[in-house]
Amino acid sequence: MAMHFLDFEQPIAEMEARIEELRLQVSEQGVNISDEVDKLNKKCVSLTESIFSKLTPAQISQMARHPERPYTLDYIEKIFTDFQELHGDRAFADDAAIVGGLARLDGRPVMIIGHQKGRTTQEKVARNFGMPKPEGYRKAKRLMEQAERFNLPLITFIDTPGAYPGIDAEERGQSAAIAENLYLLAGLKVPVICVVIGEGGSGGALAIAVGDHVAMLQYGTYSVISPEGCAAILWGSNDKADLAAQAMAITAPRLLELGLVDHQLEEPLGGAHRNPAQIAADIKTHLITVLGELEQLPLDDLLERRAERLAGYGVFNDAAV
Amino acid sequence: MNWLSRLIPNSIRVQGDGKKSIPEGLWDKCDECGAVLYRAELERNQQVCPKCDFHMRIPARSRLDGFLDQQPREEIAVGLEPVDVLKFKDSKRYKERIARASKASGEEDALIVMRGAVEGVDLVVAVFNFAYMGGSMGSVVGEKFHRAAQRSLEERIPLVCFSASGGARMQEGLLSLMQMAKVSAAIARLGDQGIPFISVLTHPTTGGVSASLAMLGDINLAEPKALIGFAGPRVIAQTVGESLPEGFQRSEFLLEHGAIDQIVDRREMRHRVATLLALLTRQQAPEASIEPELITSDETSETD
Repeated sequence: MAMHFLDFEQPIAEMEARIEELRLQVSEQGVNISDEVDKLNKKCVSLTESIFSKLTPAQISQMARHPERPYTLDYIEKIFTDFQELHGDRAFADDAAIVGGLARLDGRPVMIIGHQKGRTTQEKVARNFGMPKPEGYRKAKRLMEQAERFNLPLITFIDTPGAYPGIDAEERGQSAAIAENLYLLAGLKVPVICVVIGEGGSGGALAIAVGDHVAMLQYGTYSVISPEGCAAILWGSNDKADLAAQAMAITAPRLLELGLVDHQLEEPLGGAHRNPAQIAADIKTHLITVLGELEQLPLDDLLERRAERLAGYGVFNDAAV
Repeated sequence: MNWLSRLIPNSIRVQGDGKKSIPEGLWDKCDECGAVLYRAELERNQQVCPKCDFHMRIPARSRLDGFLDQQPREEIAVGLEPVDVLKFKDSKRYKERIARASKASGEEDALIVMRGAVEGVDLVVAVFNFAYMGGSMGSVVGEKFHRAAQRSLEERIPLVCFSASGGARMQEGLLSLMQMAKVSAAIARLGDQGIPFISVLTHPTTGGVSASLAMLGDINLAEPKALIGFAGPRVIAQTVGESLPEGFQRSEFLLEHGAIDQIVDRREMRHRVATLLALLTRQQAPEASIEPELITSDETSETD
């Protein structure tokens, strides 16, 4: 399958195409030019390193939405065993923009919830481009409650442009569906570990991202509104999205600085999709480590720690201090 | 003629044709029916049009004044100021926006919290100030709400919040999104302790405020015709590419779809909230005590 390259990746795409051409010549003509190929490969790596070392927030935002980026189900397949997907909110429908179910992490039973985008056009539509409706959040809520009932740690994967802004979603209470998950997660009596794997789009992301530990992939983004949405409101034009992406601090390093995420997971050179096996292995190691730490805490301490964490969000001047 | 229009003196039952010029200062025009209204009467009527009952925007402090008993009243969670952590700049710097909003409103930020009582029922009340950057929720609003809930917990008295907000404050980036988690956690603590939280949604309540504290009331009330929703109507119209149905995202629509418990006229809010809280906290039924000015009007109308 031909790779998809973003505009700023074009130089890499061209060099990789040249290398591929040379390789074909080698196999067809039996000429030995492997030295040449090696040299080009090295050049390609350093070119990629150089391009990726100075990505702008807007480019990282493109990476977070890269069409070949691994999605929740890709990670579930690579990280967990025994995955049993559970469907439906028991009230209205099964929203395919959120997936979830039981699985084992390194043998240990856990509950998983994640946003899910589609790969093919048909699947994209079926999954509503990863934008959940209230029934999606209510399915998530059902699984959170089930996790608590059976004392299963909850692991969530965040990857959504945002909650769906549509007539039906409003009719069925999009606001309430999100709010109720925030309420529930604040006091859920099991460890909750969150990983932003792609786009962390606003309240639609947060509704499954309140927990004891939040990590972000290097080229993930997490923001209060999409750069395009912010640009439209504050600059009055969508094409100021670059400025908005810069201004809002949506990337992992900035959010680490601000104390809003706990950990950054480095991605393979060129992004997670260049080596899904490696990034999945890294996420697995990360999850096992964090879960191990959280499981050391007695439940009361875990909940107290989470309450303090949530109450601590915010930066302001306090005249009394 | 309903009970309310009966209670308004003839002098201010003006027919509105929307074309009259309005002398500065003395008169206001109803946003809905265009009736020209004597400003002092309109204020006494809590910014509800005596002609058509339309609920106009009411400043946060006026709302508190009309809602709370005269005593006790103690403003709490004060002394907090917003900080421009991100050095955010669009057409203006966030710093400038803060300075301008603070100066224009004389307020610290978009939420005012008071410890008070309604018809003798003790409570903590938080009121969004839409005039301050669209009532947007940033770190200060989140902290004030958190402290309001803390006070409720300490005294074991109910919390009431009047929301009016465009949502999270973009200029604080993800910090503002996290306020949704913070205020929801505060409400969850009240829930654990069996302390009631009543959310009153007023025009407009959307975005991150709607998708957190405003929809988390043990009881959700709304003023008539308030715009309430997750996404704003413009965004939805763009997404679905069609015009929105009549009355979409208004209080009446939300009541019909099961999102709120009741629609309550602003002038009856005091008594309704007091009655509900007394029921939830198993206190004696409060006695309706109408605001002094309104009693006068009532008496006048009875002698008509």
